[in-house]
Amino acid sequence: MIKRFMTLLVALMLAGPVLAQDGPLRLTITDGVIEPITFAVPAFEAETPAAQQAATDISRLVVQDLAGTGLFREVPATAFISQVSSFAQPIAFPDWRAINAQALITGAVTVNGEQLVVKFRLYDVFSGQELGQGLQFAGTTSGWRRMGHKVADAVYSRITGEGGYFDSRVVFVSESGPKDNRQKRLAIMDFDGANIQFLTDSSTIVLAPRFSPNGDRVLYTSFESGFPRINVLNVANVGRQQLQTAPGEMAFSPRFSRDGRQVIYSLSNGGNTDIYRTDLGTGQSVRLTNAPSIDTAPSLSPDGSQIVFESDRSGTQQLYVMSANGGEARRISFGEGRYGTPVWSPRGDLVAFTKQNAGRFHIGVMRTDGSEEKLLTSSFLDEGPTWSPNGRVIMFSRETQGAGGTSSLYSVDISGRNLKAVPLQGGASDPSWGPLQP
Amino acid sequence: MTYFKKTAVLLLVLATAACTNPDRFGGAGADGANGAAGAGANGAVAGSASDPSSPLFFNQTIGDRVLFAVDTSTITPEGRTILDGQAQWLLTNADYRAVIEGHADEQGTREYNLALGQRRANAVREYLVSRGVPATRLQVTSYGKERPLAVCSEESCYAQNRRAVTVLSFSAITS
Repeated sequence: MIKRFMTLLVALMLAGPVLAQDGPLRLTITDGVIEPITFAVPAFEAETPAAQQAATDISRLVVQDLAGTGLFREVPATAFISQVSSFAQPIAFPDWRAINAQALITGAVTVNGEQLVVKFRLYDVFSGQELGQGLQFAGTTSGWRRMGHKVADAVYSRITGEGGYFDSRVVFVSESGPKDNRQKRLAIMDFDGANIQFLTDSSTIVLAPRFSPNGDRVLYTSFESGFPRINVLNVANVGRQQLQTAPGEMAFSPRFSRDGRQVIYSLSNGGNTDIYRTDLGTGQSVRLTNAPSIDTAPSLSPDGSQIVFESDRSGTQQLYVMSANGGEARRISFGEGRYGTPVWSPRGDLVAFTKQNAGRFHIGVMRTDGSEEKLLTSSFLDEGPTWSPNGRVIMFSRETQGAGGTSSLYSVDISGRNLKAVPLQGGASDPSWGPLQP
Repeated sequence: MTYFKKTAVLLLVLATAACTNPDRFGGAGADGANGAAGAGANGAVAGSASDPSSPLFFNQTIGDRVLFAVDTSTITPEGRTILDGQAQWLLTNADYRAVIEGHADEQGTREYNLALGQRRANAVREYLVSRGVPATRLQVTSYGKERPLAVCSEESCYAQNRRAVTVLSFSAITS
């Protein structure tokens, strides 16, 4: 998973009480061996009396975000030799080297009324250098978590060279009640399960929401008419609008185009399900598949030129890739079992999917030509993967077996490591991970 | 609708013919679809499950649902017998419409199961039309795996959940 520069690897292998590090602090995420980067976060300095709580909370959140990736390991405060009481104070690097902290993050928080400003510095302890420039973020006291996530994103990005994913939100279906009378509501949360906000009530079944590319709207399937129909919901004011569907037709499985102006979705009529594209502005529709089979779960490539989708045209659910304008499709899944819910990665290199085989469900990834299939999870019922904005983590639904079965959200690294539940009260399903927030 | 359900529960004890439980999700779907008067009020007035013109007779004596094998939408021989009865009843009671609700068991992904339920409901609709029921009186919807009747994770429950239910609504045909 993580490969460091060879010099550092050698240094780690020979490590005594004090590590030597020849190269700069850098972690390249690959499929190699994992050895987390160690880091220390002394409590951020409160520069105003009102900032005390926020300073403590934000520094803990930075730790939680970084350690939660499995790529970083915290050196706890109990091991610290020196403290950092002032943001401006010079760093005593030998004290941090002595406790094997490779990275040191210092910060300060100012609170004036509702305004909160956090600034931080990241140090490469073993080279005794600052990594990148000091940076500050301004927000509100109620939005303190976002400020913490932004600091953690910046640290993650500087050390890995890739974008972060902490200051992002997930739209999902909040579930309650027994299996035969499950209540479902659309909800939004921070990626870590905090700040839940409900977007609909539980008066009707809602399914499979999808964020727009910039996170301003959500597409989902609703049963308010008694028939599955597609709604577009404005996240800011919770206003809704329904995609026009002819009588007798069922519309579901909607996803936004990359520019957010069109909807790609499934339309069922007469027992046949095909994929269509409708322009939200003009209402004009184009039919993209034309097979007497179930064609659903479309997902656009990042450049918008291709669509991966599932079809049972061969007799069982399998994955296919076609041009974004429809036409001939090429099958990419050939392993045992059934494949569904393909989702193209934000980097464009992989497709995540749900696989059903021998009575078990798996979340997996494969290259876009179907090669190098890798299963990341296995359970009674895992389904519906969604990608983190940087394409490193997948979130999905896991339903437990039996009469008391409930659904929860889990995340897993694309290496298959770091499988964990998203901490939420109550049931949840169908996550859709939105973009990094501006 | 509430009255209808109470009546149905009472009559369940008395019913001599093979019967199935009323689908408690069916009524809501039909109401929502048509905004028409529910079948329930009419059925309760019309009488018991032994009254051949009553919706209770349709739901219980004939049977309002057919079951399917895993990942198929083929009507079984048992299903054909039930649907022949449904078609006969619908032809006799021309003031009723129906929404056919397709369902799937939990062994499948959510959106695929929606499409599979639609395929099952449509198979029922096509069969009823082939028996002479006007297509304009029959609508189709699917709940996929969202509304299981039986909640265990075994074939005994899955078999009951892979169903298409014909939900009646009383409504004069206007078009």
